[in-house]
Amino acid sequence: MNFGAVRSIYLAEMARTKRTLMQSVVSPVISTVLYFVVFGAAIGSRISEVDGVSYGAFLVPGLIMLSLMTQSLSNAAFGIYFPRFTGTIFEVLSAPVSYLEITVAYVGAAASKSIIVGLIILLTANFFVDLEIRHPVWMVTFFVLTAVTFALLGFIIGIWADNFEKLQFVPLLIVTPLAFLGGSFYSIKMLPEFWQTVTLVNPVVYLISGFRWSFYGQADVSLGLSLAATSLFLIGSLAIVHWIFKTGYRLKA
Amino acid sequence: MAPILSVRDLEKTYDGGFQALKSVSLDIEEGEVFALLGPNGAGKTTLISTICGLVRPTSGSIHVGGHDAMKEFRSARRLIGLVPQEMPTAPFEIVGDTVTFSRGLFGLPPDRPLIDGILKDLTLWEKRNNPIMALSGGMKRRLLVAKALSHEPKILFLDEPTAGVDVELRHDMWRIVSELKERGVTIILTTHYIEEAEEMADRVGVINKGEIILVEEKEELMRKLGRKLLTLNLTEPLGAVPDSLSRYDLELAEEGMRLIYTYDTHAERTGITALLTDLADAGVRFQDLQTDQSSLEDIFVGLVKEG
Repeated sequence: MNFGAVRSIYLAEMARTKRTLMQSVVSPVISTVLYFVVFGAAIGSRISEVDGVSYGAFLVPGLIMLSLMTQSLSNAAFGIYFPRFTGTIFEVLSAPVSYLEITVAYVGAAASKSIIVGLIILLTANFFVDLEIRHPVWMVTFFVLTAVTFALLGFIIGIWADNFEKLQFVPLLIVTPLAFLGGSFYSIKMLPEFWQTVTLVNPVVYLISGFRWSFYGQADVSLGLSLAATSLFLIGSLAIVHWIFKTGYRLKA
Repeated sequence: MAPILSVRDLEKTYDGGFQALKSVSLDIEEGEVFALLGPNGAGKTTLISTICGLVRPTSGSIHVGGHDAMKEFRSARRLIGLVPQEMPTAPFEIVGDTVTFSRGLFGLPPDRPLIDGILKDLTLWEKRNNPIMALSGGMKRRLLVAKALSHEPKILFLDEPTAGVDVELRHDMWRIVSELKERGVTIILTTHYIEEAEEMADRVGVINKGEIILVEEKEELMRKLGRKLLTLNLTEPLGAVPDSLSRYDLELAEEGMRLIYTYDTHAERTGITALLTDLADAGVRFQDLQTDQSSLEDIFVGLVKEG
């Protein structure tokens, strides 16, 4: 294992975050706070409790998941796309670094960043509503699993994209709608029965449900199903990354 | 001594079906400067990229310092530094940090004195705290050399090191190469500037259409293929080469005012004495004469045309 290389890439990626603090950390936190104010405070005060939890508190896990997913995705996608775009990726590809190490470093950095953002949101939310975390171990598990899975997905997008438009396409047109419709802002039990069934096709439902359960013990789907879906998502992403490196797809001619 | 780099029957066919390398075999000795010459699209960059792990070979083998470049890629790549032809740089990174980063990729801990030394050698010291986008083109090129040297490689690949650079930087690059050679670094450079190969290389390889068509000591090559031209400036124009001189394969130029004789400097007899005698017999008089040795460039153009 070339730990030195993993460390170098990881630290370089984290240094990039520090350089772009506004974009990487401050802006997701601000947008989440805005959601929180609009949906939680302004509109939420007119919404009754959801499963015995005040709407403001109900909203917190969903918002954290939303930003965890979008941040992991865009951090990882950009992190690998940019060196491909500038051409500096040659340096990594010609160094004594294995594919596993490259993936661990880039995905690890992207996941770390979004976890930091997620934690900041959690702390911020604590000022607005009373939070309880009933199952802290599960909460951390879903937190990290989601960050890593979406960072892997972002990594795949960053390798697949050959222009900036494609880089934006999947996050904006696929993942954002799935995240919004996956129960970030509502319990799927609030939907008409037909749409409840349709929603179950959305993998994000399982992530958010599991994460929210770890807070309040309330879930849309069972914990086992949530965990299984999250793991499946993770394994699927890993399989694609494995294929990418095996075939050299978009990285090596 | 075993060659430090050994390429055997290397083939590369790109996905589109273009065959960039056709059964390339090449041995590079430790400590030499090897110039790979070839026109654009000949396969120079593909060959280097394949050795460095950026392009997957279709078949064949590569050994670097005895290590299989595919199976033992870590040991093989540790020996190699690569300066690519393009100048890919991340505009916002800081010069000094990016060199340390390159070293880190090889699993090596930061080594301030070493990195500082490299930056000073390449006259980048003043710029060490600047972002890369503040560098001129020449500085970027030197930065790429600095990055490639950051892990103290034994083999340095320079892909077109002086393409599109000014004279000063070109001489700078030549100086850097000779300093590295003195330190025992093996250097493989590609170029299509022949004067560069003439200036720096110990050996020259010519690649064309994916095939290595020649590998030779530079001196030997220039001697072997070196032809000389004898040009005679005539006092009166000649309409045609007189029949009595037909065996010399002469050329008339400048509307019959010049007679050009091509001869091989290594032939036992150059034929010059005989020619001059026969010229006098034929009544052809000249007022001046000069000889020219063909340069590596002429040799190269000749080879590539044949191929």
